[in-house]
Amino acid sequence: MTEITGTTWTVYDANAMTQAEIYGHVLAELGQTHPEIVGLTADLAKSTKIGVFGEKFPERFFNVGIAEQNLFGIAAGLAKAGLLPFVSTMAAFASMRACEQVRTDICYQNLNCKIIATHGGISFGTAGSTHNAHEDIAIMRSFPNMTVIVPADGIETANAVRACIHHPGPVYIRVGRGFEPTWYENEDYGFEIGKAVTIHEGTDITLICAGITVLQAGEAAKVLAEEGLSVRVLNMHTIKPIDQTAVMQAVLDTRRIITIEEHNVIGGLGSAVADVIAASGKGCAFEKLGLQDEFSLVGYPEDLYAHYKLDTNGIIEKVREVMGRDFEEDEEWKDEV
Amino acid sequence: MAISEQELNALKETAKTIRKDIVNVTEWAGGAHIGGALSMVEILVILYFKYMNVDPKNPDKPDRDRFILSKGHGGVGFAPVLARKGYFDFDELKSFNRFMSPFGMHLDGSKVKGVDASTGSLGHGLPMAVGLALGARLKKESWKTYCLMGDGECNEGSVWEAAMAAGHFNVTNMITFVDRNQLMIDGKTETVMGLEPFTDKWRAFGFIVKSVDGHSFEELAAAIDFAHNQNDKPVVIIANTKKGRGVDYMEDDVKWHYGSINSALSEQARNSIDKNG
Ligand SMILES: Cc1ncc(C[n+]2csc(CCOP(=O)(O)OP(=O)(O)O)c2C)c(N)n1
Repeated sequence: MTEITGTTWTVYDANAMTQAEIYGHVLAELGQTHPEIVGLTADLAKSTKIGVFGEKFPERFFNVGIAEQNLFGIAAGLAKAGLLPFVSTMAAFASMRACEQVRTDICYQNLNCKIIATHGGISFGTAGSTHNAHEDIAIMRSFPNMTVIVPADGIETANAVRACIHHPGPVYIRVGRGFEPTWYENEDYGFEIGKAVTIHEGTDITLICAGITVLQAGEAAKVLAEEGLSVRVLNMHTIKPIDQTAVMQAVLDTRRIITIEEHNVIGGLGSAVADVIAASGKGCAFEKLGLQDEFSLVGYPEDLYAHYKLDTNGIIEKVREVMGRDFEEDEEWKDEV
Repeated sequence: MAISEQELNALKETAKTIRKDIVNVTEWAGGAHIGGALSMVEILVILYFKYMNVDPKNPDKPDRDRFILSKGHGGVGFAPVLARKGYFDFDELKSFNRFMSPFGMHLDGSKVKGVDASTGSLGHGLPMAVGLALGARLKKESWKTYCLMGDGECNEGSVWEAAMAAGHFNVTNMITFVDRNQLMIDGKTETVMGLEPFTDKWRAFGFIVKSVDGHSFEELAAAIDFAHNQNDKPVVIIANTKKGRGVDYMEDDVKWHYGSINSALSEQARNSIDKNG
């Protein structure tokens, strides 16, 4: 195994490792200066890579066997005892099998517990719907006290794991499974929980993304720029609390919004953005890309991303469609936003 | 239903075929849960080729016996059994794991004929099996329900909630199997989360326990016959098996829980199966 000693991740490291591997190494590194960190998993030390922490700090690591409800209950107890639990299992099991433990034991009691959910969305595509998680964001954002982060790539995962330590209360960080290529080149781009990052400036339309779709939308924006379209791309890594200012600025500046997420279009990023826009009373052309309320097909992730139009081509197609759409202009807006 | 010499040889041949099928499908699929698929072969073969009342030409016939593969990641072992039984053409498994295939790692009952329950999330099978068995009893129907779990799977609380219910409701028209191959993903069951004394646990929950060599058709048949002939308590058959059974380089090695094989490894595996059975 590569020994990672530096504190900053380069695109080289990140492309050679999965998001989960980077998370394992960052946690192992943080463990040295934070003796309160404990790691927990449910027979997925290898698959989630929290085992990297476990190898370094075996006495601070608990593998509870295949028992996710117990996993989160024990984590709640450890948090109550003053420790800082990082709990890792697949997103489907963290959000659904242990749903009530996360809600009632962790969120209701507002415990300082960090959940790193791997194999999010359709990233484990060949496993099918028992292992896919396209409803976890909806579930997690509905829990009071919970912060929900969907990092764009391995480098942002490193940032999110470091940042969540200074962010009291429950945090859900959702990552993928495969070797997702990275958007970021290094960690120094100003990651802050709750603050969207503009990765591409534009004035015609805004793509609001999280997770693997950030890179895809960033590439789409470059292609569309050649056609003369000015596309803004927001990396909305924190889905809760959502960056309302960035959303409303996008509505004001571009009046056309597409949200793009590896999730059901019900209850996820698109819904969070729609809530902000609806509450503002402003109108705009609006479209949600994601799974259209269906259980996903079986296949390798790349094929599935293409099928659900979450890849560059799918996004470009959708942008062209939304650019051709009429909506009512309201000139009064500018002074209100 | 004692096994004749001839029947025994036929079952053994079928098991050999299924093991080679599992190897082939794993190669085609680009990876699968091969270790746990190889450990459960005799259980599936004896159920589908000796005991279960099923009709591949009429997969939904109401009086069929039901089977739930609660260790749903064994799909790569279950699908070839269904194919060889005649539910669908074996060549369809060439699409395993591929885009839009009906066959993913965890078989989807709405897409694959003969699959009575969509499983994959561990600890769901036994509760559903108890429900099916209670349903059959309530409707005074004579079909039986079979459920196969992994041993690691028995860490899940829901397994024991269902076991408690089976004991409490005295569910005797259901037979539970545990593929006791001693391994899960992160290591040995007894190292990761100890299950022993395993048979005592089942007894305490109201079961009669039959502990057998899970690769011996004779022992499996004796245990199943016993279960069919008693109405006192639910029966669990603890099938002591080897993960990766039949493929020398996979046997008892936790790293083959999930793996992919190239054509050379695939051939080596088939040769090993030919030699060892
Ligand atoms: C609820 C749930 N948690 C975790 C997993 C991931 N997982 C798949 S297989 C497996 C190990 C299963 O071990 P065991 O039941 O002993 O099966 P076998 O060794 O027979 O393959 C795990 C943890 C899952 N499928 N479902």
